[in-house]
Amino acid sequence: MNYIDNIAFAILLIIGIGFFVKNSKKIIRNIKLGKNIDRSDLPKERFKNMLKIAFGQSKMVKRPIAGILHIIVYAGFIIINIEVLEIIIDGLFGTHRVFSVLGGFYSFLIGSFEILAILVLVSVIIFWIRRMVLQIPRFWNKEMKGWPKNDALNILYFEMVLMSLFLLMNATDNHFQNLNIGNPISHYIAILFQESSFTVVNIIERTAWWLHIVGILIFLNYLYYSKHLHILLAFPNTYFANLKLKGQLSNLEAVTNEVKLMMDPSADPYAAPDENAAPPEKFGASDVADLNWVQLMNAYTCTECGRCTAVCPANITGKELSPRAIMMKTRDRLEEVGANIDKNGKFVDDGKQLLNDYISPEELWACTTCNACVEACPVNIDPLSIIIDLRRYLVMEQSAAPQQLNSMMTNIENNGAPWQYNQMDRLNWKDE
Amino acid sequence: MNVPTMAEMTAQGKQPDVLFWVGCAGSFDDRAKKITKAFVKILNKANVNFAVLGAEESCTGDPAKRAGNEFLFQMQAMANIEVLNAYDIKKIVTACPHGFNTIKNEYPELGGKYEVLHHTEFLKSLLDEGKITIEGGKYKGKRITFHDPCYLGRGNDVYEAPRLLIEKLEAELVEMKHCKTNGLCCGAGGAQMFKDAEKGNKEIYLERTEEALETKSSIIATGCPFCNTMITDGIKATNQEENVQVLDIAELIANAEDL
Repeated sequence: MNYIDNIAFAILLIIGIGFFVKNSKKIIRNIKLGKNIDRSDLPKERFKNMLKIAFGQSKMVKRPIAGILHIIVYAGFIIINIEVLEIIIDGLFGTHRVFSVLGGFYSFLIGSFEILAILVLVSVIIFWIRRMVLQIPRFWNKEMKGWPKNDALNILYFEMVLMSLFLLMNATDNHFQNLNIGNPISHYIAILFQESSFTVVNIIERTAWWLHIVGILIFLNYLYYSKHLHILLAFPNTYFANLKLKGQLSNLEAVTNEVKLMMDPSADPYAAPDENAAPPEKFGASDVADLNWVQLMNAYTCTECGRCTAVCPANITGKELSPRAIMMKTRDRLEEVGANIDKNGKFVDDGKQLLNDYISPEELWACTTCNACVEACPVNIDPLSIIIDLRRYLVMEQSAAPQQLNSMMTNIENNGAPWQYNQMDRLNWKDE
Repeated sequence: MNVPTMAEMTAQGKQPDVLFWVGCAGSFDDRAKKITKAFVKILNKANVNFAVLGAEESCTGDPAKRAGNEFLFQMQAMANIEVLNAYDIKKIVTACPHGFNTIKNEYPELGGKYEVLHHTEFLKSLLDEGKITIEGGKYKGKRITFHDPCYLGRGNDVYEAPRLLIEKLEAELVEMKHCKTNGLCCGAGGAQMFKDAEKGNKEIYLERTEEALETKSSIIATGCPFCNTMITDGIKATNQEENVQVLDIAELIANAEDL
């Protein structure tokens, strides 16, 4: 028996999975650069959310065409992976279609995979048409130029190739075709090879088999560089997502302490500061490490579908703001910080930050905090929380609010209303 | 108009069942004051034992918080909570979704825990308890569309109370292309009310008003003084003042009853 194949396969598998594990660790490290936020409460409700939204795709079908096509691709992806398990066992132990001992059930399985594979292939082609021929606007916003556009296409091509290889592999498997059961799709393809010699067909089968598994390993490692990470992160992302009402913004604890001290009549204004006290926390966020880890996970989870941007009132009316771009820029900056740490062992100031170098105040000030983006996200990403944290930094650390907002805030401070009216006149309407 | 203040009531040794939080717009904005009065008329008609804070009320801090000024927000919040707690307030109703959201969701952590209702929810409860009856009156058969305020709808998942009230008027409720969870903002939220819009190719209020006009309704109803301002601006900009009215749910009910 020739063991070279098995050894080559094992090495390939170890390299493929090894790289993936290494890069996954980097992603986890980067996410942990974020500040702590406690999302360990209500595990049942969180689990239910994950099952419904990530596993059950409940928010995907709000846009029915894309939603149903996506469910096909997603189901195909998960179910056809059973076949990958067989490929791995075959590859490692030199068996051929080891699960075929299951008999009739095996034929049923492979038959279902074939049907799914062709459905996935068709769905992915429709996705490509929607993107490239119909040019659905949300795929063509300005943040979708260059890599984001190519990334999306690469994923579609990958899936097309993988599904085709799977069908080709089955079609050129003489033994499998001779059984003539479980090949509802591939037997049509097999017709093409009727004239070919046994050797040629066998070579095609082996090539397709190897390319299929190599393709899967490459795809697995492509995730790290791609928006396609959502296939993994959608699950923790929906689990750890905010469960509170969308209208509620967090109250900054550091501010609460300061305000309580200010309002405490027994506080000694001349007291010397505690020498052991930690330096005061930065208010709001100007860089990725000021955001919390859920917000950073959000950035890695975003698959750039643009449903958020398509419903954003600011974006619809031509403003600079795009909630998707907020997530993409956060990820870009986080990856830059991660690469900086890889290179230097720890983060060395690069003179850049998320605010201004990636996200401009103009984008931030266009937001109406309407929560349409949060509602639209199929995996519960919260771009609004990032916008608010950056605004907090602009206002509380830099006093850099637009002039009209400064006037509004001065009015609130002076007379308890956003306009210049005397607080004593609040009940005048009664007698008008 | 009978509008008791907390100070007066406390002096008389009385306690209201509910505090009406009027809000800054409701107190000072000429258009919003009409909504305030309409709501008070209904409260009086239904013999609700209510009070307002009057000069002791202050901005909830919502626009400051959403502009990023957490300091100012929390100063306002804590000052208001001190007043509310001193009066031992248990239940609050407000005609502004921003105050509603802020007091309901953001005050509890700071020590202000109350039952908070938006006026459409409160009106629905008055209806359920039989304290008010709504009959079609002058709005019977009229086409009315409802604009979901973001902080009432998406922010707090209140979609049905205002719609139910419109249906009680025996009016024809027509939905806009974007409604309920998918509603389109009027453009005022997040402190945008107090500044010019950022550079773009259209005003948000115009986009929303055009959607409302597409429904061919004679009335655009809403439940927020800021949405009301924005859409009224949209109606003016599209020269539809003769044909279309922008009214708050409280006004619809008060008018229908000729209060």
